[in-house]
Amino acid sequence: MRDVTKTIEAVWRIESTRLIAAIARVTRDVGVAEELAQDAFVIALELWPDEGVPENPGAWLMKAAKRRAIDWLRRGRMIVQKHGEIARELEWQQQRLGDALEQSLDQVIDDDVLRLMFTACHPVLPVEGRIALTLRLLGGLTTTEIARAWLVPEKTMGQRIFRAKKKLSEASIPFETPSGDELRRRVESVLLVVYLIFNEGYAATSGEEWMRAALSDEALRLGRMLAQLLPDESEVHALLALMELQASRTAARRGKEGEAVLLPHQNRSLWDYMQIQRGMSALERAQRLGGGAKPYALQAAIAACHMRARTAEETDWGRIVLLYDALLQLNPSPIVALNRAVAVGMAQGPAAGLDALDAAATLAGDSARAGYHLFPSVRGDLLMKMGRLSEAREEIQRAIAMTRNLRERELLENRLKQLENPDNKNFPGGL
Amino acid sequence: MPHYLISGHLPDNFDPSTITETMVSDIHALNAEMDAAGIRLFAGGLEPAGMAKTLRVQTNGEVIVTDGPYLEAREHVGGLTVIEAADMEEALAWARKAVASSRMPAEVRGIFYVPRPGLEA
Repeated sequence: MRDVTKTIEAVWRIESTRLIAAIARVTRDVGVAEELAQDAFVIALELWPDEGVPENPGAWLMKAAKRRAIDWLRRGRMIVQKHGEIARELEWQQQRLGDALEQSLDQVIDDDVLRLMFTACHPVLPVEGRIALTLRLLGGLTTTEIARAWLVPEKTMGQRIFRAKKKLSEASIPFETPSGDELRRRVESVLLVVYLIFNEGYAATSGEEWMRAALSDEALRLGRMLAQLLPDESEVHALLALMELQASRTAARRGKEGEAVLLPHQNRSLWDYMQIQRGMSALERAQRLGGGAKPYALQAAIAACHMRARTAEETDWGRIVLLYDALLQLNPSPIVALNRAVAVGMAQGPAAGLDALDAAATLAGDSARAGYHLFPSVRGDLLMKMGRLSEAREEIQRAIAMTRNLRERELLENRLKQLENPDNKNFPGGL
Repeated sequence: MPHYLISGHLPDNFDPSTITETMVSDIHALNAEMDAAGIRLFAGGLEPAGMAKTLRVQTNGEVIVTDGPYLEAREHVGGLTVIEAADMEEALAWARKAVASSRMPAEVRGIFYVPRPGLEA
């Protein structure tokens, strides 16, 4: 006998988004929609262990949620609180809600899911609220899981989600897909949220490994979902490409001891070539849509340069520099400039790299540079390649003092050891 | 994320004229739903098992190709979908929907990742 609770949880994970989205279409309030869907889930947890899992669990949950929604409406909360309409109006509203929910049982509701995404990522919310709400409403993650992923106490995360839902309700954010210029701005916000979720899973090295992996996977799933829902938006495909290409290296990024392995040293046979292929075709799609020069597409194109190289030495650094040049035009950030300097160092030699790094440091200014260990780390690397070993040592020591991340500290300390060992002249650098 | 193969089985004497419009639209709807959820990696229906070719390596290394399926059976895989899911439970939740839409019994198996050999050591 299989564990029914586990089955119900899995059904919830795959059905909750559509459920919430469909109910939100009629309640016009995603917070309420989520609570009603959650109620249906609780009913399933009570009934299914005895009665068995119904033949069509999704439809069952939708029906249960619908009944709750009609009860909710009957109590007149929405009308009393928001409109104060007369009794006949109330009756009509109930009828309409019933009909609309009835229809939503059969209808294709992709548009609802898209509306849910735009609402959860609404710019009226702080970025952390958008992330939490997206994971909750579109990822089917529990508050506990989201709290663990973000390394905050469960209560804090619960508050964050509660405040976000309240804010949406108070600001009367319409449950709709924006159009025109507004669409562009709102797509940007959605993409930012998805990419932040991905990076939290991919880049951070603290926290529970499995939960981190779950975040990256969730972001990828959201990215693929968006690519279906907004097929004409080039940056949607570009972000998906970027995430697929980065995630394809996951298995190669950790050594046997759990230590970080940088790109030049990775065992490329551990890369996931099916995933690379998916990333490449998403990038092509973005380029075909005419978005090749947009920020995510440029970043994906840079990742693609790395993935195409069978060995680190075959990497087309010249092309990577050109792509960073274009990216820097769009987004003159110190981090982009720093990465460009690394590429210049590889393409044109360490002296040119050092010049580019100086330019990046100027762009960053003292305050930003002071908090960012990669500046001295890259500088140390370039100086070492130029044979200026004592300066290199100083820079790497400075970087060690600045990083708070255990894995990065290990890497830097290894580099310092290599510096002490003159036999090891030819160590690759890079991020 | 792990990948799972959902394979649906059909009797060899399956009569395609028994496929109703409802079945077809149910299957399309599920495919669309899987795509909208971002989890479907591949899906396809197979030609009848009678059209399969089977290859066997002899002890001397020679490869013999024969007509017909490898397994003698009355039912064979008729269609397959490869999905991404967090775990077997989640794959099963999708497979439930697949079985309901296609009216075919299905088997779910995890696919483990095999790195491509022969690249940089």
